[in-house]
Formats: sequence, structure tokens, C-alpha cells
Amino acid sequence: MQLTSKQSIASALAIASCSLIGQANAAEAVPANDDWKVDAAIMYYGEQERVQAVEAIGNVQKAFGDKSLLDMKVVIDSLTGSSASGAVAQGESQTFTRPSGKGEYTVGAGDTPLDDTFHDTRVQLSANWQEVFNQDWTGNVGVYGSKEFDYLSMGLNAGLERSFNKNNTTLALSGAFTHDVVDPVGGRPVAFSEMVYRSDYNSDTEYQAAFDQTRLSGDDTKQTSDIMFGVTQILNRNWLMQANYGLSSVSGYMSDPYKILSEVDSNGITQGYRYESRPDSRLKHSVYVMTKGALDSGVVDFSYRYSTDDWDITSHTLETHYRYYFSPSFYGQLHLRYYQQQAAEFYQPFLTMGDTLPEYASADYRIGDMTAYTIGLKFGQRLSGGHEMTYRLEYYQQNPENNGTELPGQLQNYDLFPSVKAIVAQVSYSF
Amino acid sequence: MTNVFKPIGKTVVALAIASSIVGCSSLGVQPWEKDQFAREDMALNSEKLDLSLDDHIYFSKEGTSGGRSLAGGGCGCN
Repeated sequence: MQLTSKQSIASALAIASCSLIGQANAAEAVPANDDWKVDAAIMYYGEQERVQAVEAIGNVQKAFGDKSLLDMKVVIDSLTGSSASGAVAQGESQTFTRPSGKGEYTVGAGDTPLDDTFHDTRVQLSANWQEVFNQDWTGNVGVYGSKEFDYLSMGLNAGLERSFNKNNTTLALSGAFTHDVVDPVGGRPVAFSEMVYRSDYNSDTEYQAAFDQTRLSGDDTKQTSDIMFGVTQILNRNWLMQANYGLSSVSGYMSDPYKILSEVDSNGITQGYRYESRPDSRLKHSVYVMTKGALDSGVVDFSYRYSTDDWDITSHTLETHYRYYFSPSFYGQLHLRYYQQQAAEFYQPFLTMGDTLPEYASADYRIGDMTAYTIGLKFGQRLSGGHEMTYRLEYYQQNPENNGTELPGQLQNYDLFPSVKAIVAQVSYSF
Repeated sequence: MTNVFKPIGKTVVALAIASSIVGCSSLGVQPWEKDQFAREDMALNSEKLDLSLDDHIYFSKEGTSGGRSLAGGGCGCN
């Protein structure tokens, strides 16, 4: 009798909880019945003496009943400032032809060459539809488009999720295809062609003809296919974990049309500049594991990502967010991130005169040996009516490193791998 | 630096795979014990704007991207 009673209480509890959890799950997937949810943010990203960017982002969610959810996002960003060209610092000032071929810029003695022609505005739109098919299956499809002056990207994505084990385990499979069109200012440089100067020619026509010899006509494309398999597992009452494996295959134009390499002699003195060249295919793998815990007065997550590819770029990323509620309506959050990257096999800080040109080479420090870290603080204020305002301030520093290249002559006198220091400031509002 | 990390990377990968395989049958809680997971701040995408802005910064400034979610759409920023 006692046993039966216990069983029936347990069954009743289970049924009651299931219905409650059912609602909770639905609420997670679909924020509020037939309601709109809007998130907006404006972010400033500023590097010391280099790139400055302002990015505005708006995300609108609209639920249709408790089965369907439409998510739309718009991003507008604007970039100005200078970007490292790939050339090395020298004992004398250096002059470069702008990527457009029109005009020149000069970099002072001992300074890292930065191309100051860097400015662009980008608009990105994306939409995603999520459909809960039944208690176990959820699907989503999405479209993506991004346009800036010299670049267009269009993409499609889709995913499927299956829950089982009393919704403690979710398996997810998703894929995306992106088609990009690259149309650089001044055209795509011929791989390893030498930079030409107006002053070396008698007329504009002769110079233009020589410049055109260093360029390929028309635009080029790049295709990216992504596939990702993920598992989310509830571990206990407070902790869950997620593990993802991602495979990404990229083919097409992947050189950076604005990056160059200095060609130096045995004394480290630059004799000329050549446009870089990267392979036209890349296969990337990533493994990501994350755990997230609900604390009495906050929430915390830790993640690790391992990434490797056939360019030999390997990276390790450790990241954590820790949120503490000072009161039910006010929280502070700490963000820490550490990143370490091993250079691409074709990365080299400069070319050496007299050596045979390699098949591929780039002096872009972003694919060189590097460590980087981020430290950030965020504060969130919950307002009446479910509105929320947050403020975020972060410091990001990249420390590029020599990949083992011996530095000849005068190159030893300069910091060829200078740190990049950036501030991120953001204000967000949700309602 | 890399050599120090390599074994750690492999261990983490092995642990992740092992826990996913074992996890499905032995880990988890009863439906009535899921109150904490209904919290908005426990959702995996609870800070999706921040995450997407961060993804864009790191995609533009570093040699690798993706992992947490699909690397997503391209841009000329890198």
C-alpha cells in the first residue's frame, strides 16, 4: 500500500514537472508567446594607432505560437584607421604605392609600416527560422548576406536537433554554405608581383600600364562549406556541458589583396615589396568543449577550443565568463580569454633577396605565431517591464611572435612583432 | 608552448568524446530537477549579441575562428 502510494505520488510529481518543464523548454526556445524580443547594441573597437571600428547591431525575435520563431539580425559597421601591411620596419622612411595604385603613403624610420587607406562600411543582414516539430525534434534554416565596398558574402544554413534521455541530452547537426565575391580596390594583385612607383615612370600612362601588369582583371570568389556536430548534456542540477566538432572547407581566393612582403638583402635592407600569395584551399577542424554552471548568486562558464587546419595553423583558446548578482536586478561579469596560435606553414615575416620565391608566402601577423588575451568587465541592470541595459568594457592585446626566422642585419634593431592593444566598449539594450 | 598544449588538447578531446558517449545513459537529472536550466542566464545563447560581436572581432584579428557555433558568414575583414 505504502509502495503504491509512493509510486503514485512520484508519477503525479513527474507528470506535473513534465508539464512545467515543457513550458520552461518552450519558454527557452520561444521567449514569450506571440511576443517580440529586441536586442540592440553599439560597440566601439579601437586599436592603439591602428584600426577603429564602430559596430551597431540589432536583433529582433518574433515568436509564432510556441512552435515557431523568427530571428532577424542587422549589423552595420564602419572601419577606419591603419592596418599592418606586412612590410618590415627599416632604418629609413619607406614609401608605398596605395593598393588602388593612386597615390602613395610614407612610413617613418623605425616604424611598423601601416597602410592608412583602410576604411570601409559593411552592412550585414541575416534571418533564421526555428521550428519545433515535436517534443524531440527541432529544426532551423537561415540566410545571411554581408556587403562592403570590396566584398560580398551570401550564405545559407540549416540545422537539426534531437533531444532524448528525458531531454538531458541534445544532439545537433548543422551546416552552412557561404559564397563570397572579392573585388579589391585596385584589383587583385598578381601573386608575388613587385610594387611599382609612379616616380619610376615618365608618364601616367606608362605607370598605369606597369601597375596593371601587377593586377588580375575582374573579381574572384570563395566558397565555404561548414558542418558541425554537437552534443549538449545536462550533468546534474546545476551544470551542463557542450561539445562540438566542426569541419570547414574553404576554396577560392584567400590571399589578402592589401598585404605585402618586404624583400630584404643580407643586411636586412629592403630592396622591394611583393604582394602576398596564399593557397586556394583550406580544410579546418575545430573541437570545442564548454561547461556552464548555475550558482546561487550567479552563473559561470569555462570553455576550451582546439583548432587545426591544413595550413598548419593550430590554436588553443581558453575562455571563461563569471557573473555575480549584487542584487536581483544588478550584476557584474568578468570575462577572461587566452588565445595561442601557431603560424601557418607559409607565414614568413619577409622574403630574402636571391632566394627562390616560395609557392605561397604571407607576412600577415594574424596567421603568424601569436598569443592574445582579453580581460573584460560587464555590468547589467535589469529594468522594469523586463528591459535590460548592459555596459561592457574589455581590453584585448595581441602579442605576435617570431616564428623562428633569423633576422639579418638591421632588422635586429626593430620590433618586427609589435603588440596590438585594443579597447572594446559596448552598450546594449534589450526589451 | 604548442608542445605543452598538444597533450592537453588531445586529453580534452578524448574526454569530450568519452563523456558524450557515456553521458547519454548515466548523466542527467529528473524533469522536476531542471529548475536551474530554465533560468534565462543559463541558456546557451543568453548573451548572443556579445558572443556574435566577439566572434566578429576574433575572426577578423586571428587565424582561426568558429568552434562554439558555425564560423558563419564571411566578410572581407580578415
